[in-house]
Amino acid sequence: MSTAAQADPAAPAGSAGPLAHRRPLGDRVFQILAAASGVLVLVILALIAISTSQQASSWFSTAGWSIFTVDWNPATNSFGAMSFIYGTVITAAIAIILSVPVSVAMALLLTEVVPRRWARPIVYVVDLLAVVPSVVWGLWGILVFAPWLFHIYNSIASGVKGIPVLDPLFGQPVSGASFFTCGIILAFMITPIVTSLSREVFATVPAIDKEGAYALGATRLEMIRGAVWPHSQGGVVGAVLLGLGRAMGETIAAALVIGSSPVITSHLFAAGYDMPAVIANQFGEASGEFRAALIGLGVLLFVITILVNLVARGVVERSARRKRGA
Amino acid sequence: MTAMEQPAVDLREPAGWRRTKNQIATTLMVLSFVVVLIPLGFVLFTVIAKGASAISWAFLTGGPIPPNVVPAGIGGMGAAVYGTIVITGLAALMAVPLGVLGAIYVNEYGGRGPLAQVVRFMSDVMTGVPSIVMGLFIFSIWVLHFGYSGLAGAFALACLMLPVVIRSSEEMLKLVPDPLREASYALGATKSRVTLTVVLPAAIGGIVSGALLAIARAAGETAPLLFTILTVTATNANVFSGANTALSTQIFANATQPYLGAQSRAWGSALTLIAIAFILMIVARIVTARFTRYSN
Repeated sequence: MSTAAQADPAAPAGSAGPLAHRRPLGDRVFQILAAASGVLVLVILALIAISTSQQASSWFSTAGWSIFTVDWNPATNSFGAMSFIYGTVITAAIAIILSVPVSVAMALLLTEVVPRRWARPIVYVVDLLAVVPSVVWGLWGILVFAPWLFHIYNSIASGVKGIPVLDPLFGQPVSGASFFTCGIILAFMITPIVTSLSREVFATVPAIDKEGAYALGATRLEMIRGAVWPHSQGGVVGAVLLGLGRAMGETIAAALVIGSSPVITSHLFAAGYDMPAVIANQFGEASGEFRAALIGLGVLLFVITILVNLVARGVVERSARRKRGA
Repeated sequence: MTAMEQPAVDLREPAGWRRTKNQIATTLMVLSFVVVLIPLGFVLFTVIAKGASAISWAFLTGGPIPPNVVPAGIGGMGAAVYGTIVITGLAALMAVPLGVLGAIYVNEYGGRGPLAQVVRFMSDVMTGVPSIVMGLFIFSIWVLHFGYSGLAGAFALACLMLPVVIRSSEEMLKLVPDPLREASYALGATKSRVTLTVVLPAAIGGIVSGALLAIARAAGETAPLLFTILTVTATNANVFSGANTALSTQIFANATQPYLGAQSRAWGSALTLIAIAFILMIVARIVTARFTRYSN
């Protein structure tokens, strides 16, 4: 097994190993087991790509580029995914716009403002948002939050009536389930991860930079802008991208509150659809070409989230390395 | 005005606009926390208020799960509670040992080698794979050949947990100081022995607590279960074959029902699910507090 050979403890990093020629069998078996478990991650990722695209291949081959049309009608076997891609992008964008300012501000609050013994309970509370399961956000969203938002949407809509730009964006809603409701719920769900990643980034700012800024007479805000922010930009971009990946893949809450209507519209208060939601809602009754199309949507989602994650991790690692080098 | 009266350096608090801006910024940061508290409080309050009245011993253990039109108070979610516990437990049995072994590989054997770096990086990437994709994956690779079962659901949950367990365990192994390892090697122990009897026990508190948090997250997952376990209304004790059910999928099915009985059962199930996650989280905190030897 080549993996075991590569990981030969004759040359482990940082720690001393036992003499290689005296290793008993059990020791080797354990190493192979451990290596196999590590490699399992790569195997699973490869299997996900292979098995799902195999199931979806008939959609990709018969539909061709028409997968990027808006026409989604299982009755006529036409499966254009564009309205779902649009919905995924719109709801994730709303979630990011709402969540990032709050998450970054909270991360700054935790690292730069409150004393350490207060930071811990605040982190616990923020992490509770992540403990609430997706389906519970969806249940609350559709039965409690959306009807409440509907009133607010209505008053906003009557406020912006006739105003260019705003009217097409925030026009009259039909119900509380919409792109915007979905975006808000997604924002709640990604806030803990964006906060904790940003906090890790801010925590790497050298104390000497901050003290230098204070010594020059800077206020806390000036210190953050002059010392913390330039140092953390790259890392925060990575954190935001990871949040974006989460928002795009979040399924069950979206499936319940997005309104289940495959349309492309500028109306943010209109009912829409996104990729994970349509898979969750329609897979049960699907077979044949329909099922292939839904699994194909999953493949698209997999590729997009993997790309976003690769870029995000790359950005984070690069900024971390640049800082170490500096 | 002479030079003597003017201080060379102004050591007072920054005055005026600069100070005001700073105060505004601080206020906004505190407000951001309040903004987060509101939805959290709102959702927890609603779930407790609406769920508490639905929950009873019969609700948690009784059955079968009644049809949607049946009013609250008849039947029970016992089948779903059983399904959630058994499927999540089975997933943990698969993902936790493999995840800890993977972490041992990455930290103890791989080190800075290329393969370990790739595994570490791809574990991070794998945590970002949407849970619904895991469901489709297990559907394609398992359900199409062997049918719906609790086991299939457990596979999907295990795929979600594996990278999380690897990364959290690795962080804990990293904290174990090298002199501990070196001292054991000096006594003539083999690498596997050092890892299993010295390194692992030293890090076990953090590893267990990380695993419990991963289990808590998995217990609430719905999307991976939708296409792997299907749904039944009576307890299916055999987790290895036949359709099963779970609290999360029941909530998903009931949430869009107009019937008050179905909605009430959804709220009760939601409270049960959150309670399970909270209990696991509290146990994780206790484990961390009691058994952590090395922390950052």
